[in-house]
Amino acid sequence: MNELAPLATLGAADFKSAYKPIWCPGCGDYTVLSSLTKALATIQRPPHEVAVVSGIGCSSRIPAYTSCYGFHGVHGRALAAATGLKVARPDLTVIVTGGDGDGYSIGGNHFMHACRRNVDMTYIVMDNHVYGMTKGQASPTTEPDWDNKLSPGGTGIRAFHPLVIALAAGANFIGRGFSGDPNGTAAIIAQAIRHPGFSFVEILSPCITFRPEQKGWKEIVRAAPVDPTDDPALAARRIMTDDGFNIGVLYAGHRNPYPARVGLAERSVAELEREFEL
Amino acid sequence: MPPTHVPTPLAESPAIARSYSVAIAGSGGAGVMTAGSLLLDAAARAGLYGLMVRTSGPQIRGGEAAALLRLGPQPVATLDDRFDLLLAIDWQNLHRFADEIPLGAGSLLVGDSDAGEPPEALRAGGTRLHLLSLKKAAKASGGAWVNMIALGLAGALAGVPVQALQAALRASWKRGAEALAPNLAALQQGVAMAHGLPGERPLPLQPPAAAPAGRWLLSGNEAAGCGALRGGVRFVAAYPITPATELLEWMAPALTRVGGTLLQAEDELASVNMIIGASYGGVPSLTATAGPGLALMTEGIGLAVAAEVPIVVVDVMRGGPSTGIPAKSEQSDLSFAVDGLHGDAPRLVVAPNSIADCLAATEWAVQLAEALQAPAIVLSDQFMGQSRAVIDRPAQAGVAATRLTASAADTVDAPAYQRYLDTASGISPMAVPGTPGTVYTADGLEHSERGIPSSQAGDHRKQLDKRQRKLDRHDYGPQWADVEGDADLAVITFGSTTGAVREAVARAAVQGVALRLLSLRLLAPLRTESLAEALRGVRQVLVVEQNHGGQLLRYLRSRADLPGRASGLHRPGPLPLRPGELCAAFVDWVAAHAPQEATA
Repeated sequence: MNELAPLATLGAADFKSAYKPIWCPGCGDYTVLSSLTKALATIQRPPHEVAVVSGIGCSSRIPAYTSCYGFHGVHGRALAAATGLKVARPDLTVIVTGGDGDGYSIGGNHFMHACRRNVDMTYIVMDNHVYGMTKGQASPTTEPDWDNKLSPGGTGIRAFHPLVIALAAGANFIGRGFSGDPNGTAAIIAQAIRHPGFSFVEILSPCITFRPEQKGWKEIVRAAPVDPTDDPALAARRIMTDDGFNIGVLYAGHRNPYPARVGLAERSVAELEREFEL
Repeated sequence: MPPTHVPTPLAESPAIARSYSVAIAGSGGAGVMTAGSLLLDAAARAGLYGLMVRTSGPQIRGGEAAALLRLGPQPVATLDDRFDLLLAIDWQNLHRFADEIPLGAGSLLVGDSDAGEPPEALRAGGTRLHLLSLKKAAKASGGAWVNMIALGLAGALAGVPVQALQAALRASWKRGAEALAPNLAALQQGVAMAHGLPGERPLPLQPPAAAPAGRWLLSGNEAAGCGALRGGVRFVAAYPITPATELLEWMAPALTRVGGTLLQAEDELASVNMIIGASYGGVPSLTATAGPGLALMTEGIGLAVAAEVPIVVVDVMRGGPSTGIPAKSEQSDLSFAVDGLHGDAPRLVVAPNSIADCLAATEWAVQLAEALQAPAIVLSDQFMGQSRAVIDRPAQAGVAATRLTASAADTVDAPAYQRYLDTASGISPMAVPGTPGTVYTADGLEHSERGIPSSQAGDHRKQLDKRQRKLDRHDYGPQWADVEGDADLAVITFGSTTGAVREAVARAAVQGVALRLLSLRLLAPLRTESLAEALRGVRQVLVVEQNHGGQLLRYLRSRADLPGRASGLHRPGPLPLRPGELCAAFVDWVAAHAPQEATA
């Protein structure tokens, strides 16, 4: 799984823009960007046929760092914008990127409905259990006892489990990556892009600025000890019982994607208007 | 507004032909809407014009309801001052409609003799009451529906030929043939009951002598949907909301047939962002909602401003704020539509002023949004959206304005494609994803011409100027307003209120009182120079609208130099402004501004 397909004509560099990313030193998102461009190189679609859509947050800056068409919208609504784009333009490869606050808090409702709608696109969440851009507040995946200025002593509320929610809501593909494993993550992303329907890839991407203890993640992540399953019940049991550090493709289902219905006109507007004629 | 009403001898004016107003009311399930729809269809078949307004209690579904119709030989844009006939299948909760169904000394009140006495509120005006065995007659007619008795009665009293009533019923019949006969018989019996009413002599309504080339029967919501398709919309995402849902329900199958699609979103935050995403993909896109949904969409509309993505948002206005009065009309989202976004955010606001105009104005809004790469809000309302009318077949619009797209050729003389290039017109070529050589990132962050995020003062100023300039410099043509007459006193209005104002102006003219009428279709950007031109020679203006705060008056006074001392005539929903009360108010207003009192 960690081996990438041989590159034909497009390399990872062809999917990078000329802009130097603006992230803190040591941010996991640098390597996620690298994994994304590697994955796109294995897919071999030209950059102008790929759209990268995001909301707001550190990781949502990614679209402009790729050579693909980009859409940098408002906070929490990336999945909605991407859904409209993909349904209207099924010919494009659509990738959505963002963070845990953007996707699970302000955009939580869209996350749930994107999973159940199962539009053929790939959602990559760089999860660092913190709001980085606003300088260190608790996100939905933050541990309840993490002390911070906005929630002194911690929020006291349990962390959100994105993979369980995704599975329950109907996502067709669920994987977990780690930014410290760029090749493995690239392989998961490439698989996610190829898999029909809504693919969800959660990537543990440390924020060592506000969560320096996340430097230790590299010591505890491990390849998931079992192969991916297409059985949601089995996947649910595994996802709910692991400690959140099993890396790999955890579920790959067979639901039919949201159908592409645009394109073929069987009637003209003038023909439709006849229903109003007296 | 003065409650006094000056009866106007309308039928004597060649400009205002005789019309007949009917209300068919009853509790939920009585079939009053079906009877009303069939009556309107029958009138149309007889060559007449008509309008049918639906009204119901606060629960939207179930409970008391009434179909309000006005039929006549000319297109009907407004309800009349009073109803000639209120036909009640039962009296349950009907007192709640006393304000909405005004009756007068000449009005007829018909009810079921087994349903008890009518509410006192309905009899106050000195109506003539007839109680008939409606339900028993229906039962005796092979178990027919009581609303078919009502249809025959109302149709005959309105002067609609029985053949047209029968044809309308046959055309709408979707059940077995065996059940049709008793209902046709019930309809016939209703007609006979009408002719047997002591002291009543129904007069036939005369259709126009010269029949127009073609006529349509549709609602404002259907008309707006149709206009959207004509304008090229092929993607819709929306969340159900009264009173906009019918627009979406008409568009869902229609879009599929013309190669587009409609997606039901999880909420309005999603629907506006979905259409932004689809339009970014090159497909003209629209959503429809009401005030609460528009409120939720504002952040997304601001994104469409900043990222310069064309979208159309139809707001079918209802009583507000908050949940307000969901199924009844009000023109109270105007301030919000023209000013309700954060930041300096130029947007288009277009207001159709009739059911027919819901088509043309929505089509125009799509064209403006596409041509100017900006969000357009269409301010329809419940009155137009949920009412059905017979209209003359809408003309095809002229040359469609389209989106200026980019190709690799745009990058030939530049180091890279500049999505937000500061052009003279303010409009820069917009690349469609999939096009090689013009890759860019659309951004709600302030940006440079290249589209790179920038917080520099120069970039911010340049892009703010560009986004304002493209709207200001556009040639909107004569559609910006309907301007009628050349009197030196002017009435300014917008939206569905225009119908009542136009009729009131015509009635005032019969009384020798001349008024100029302006109905503003383009509310934003306000065409101040065109407005000044249209008001040339005007001494005073009166601004008429259906809301509590006088929103159009305040808007115009804040943006334009109005002649004289502008005053307002406004009342919140749900009661419509009626032509008679407006006419009386206009006559008083004109008298108060007679030339000798005018100051230079």
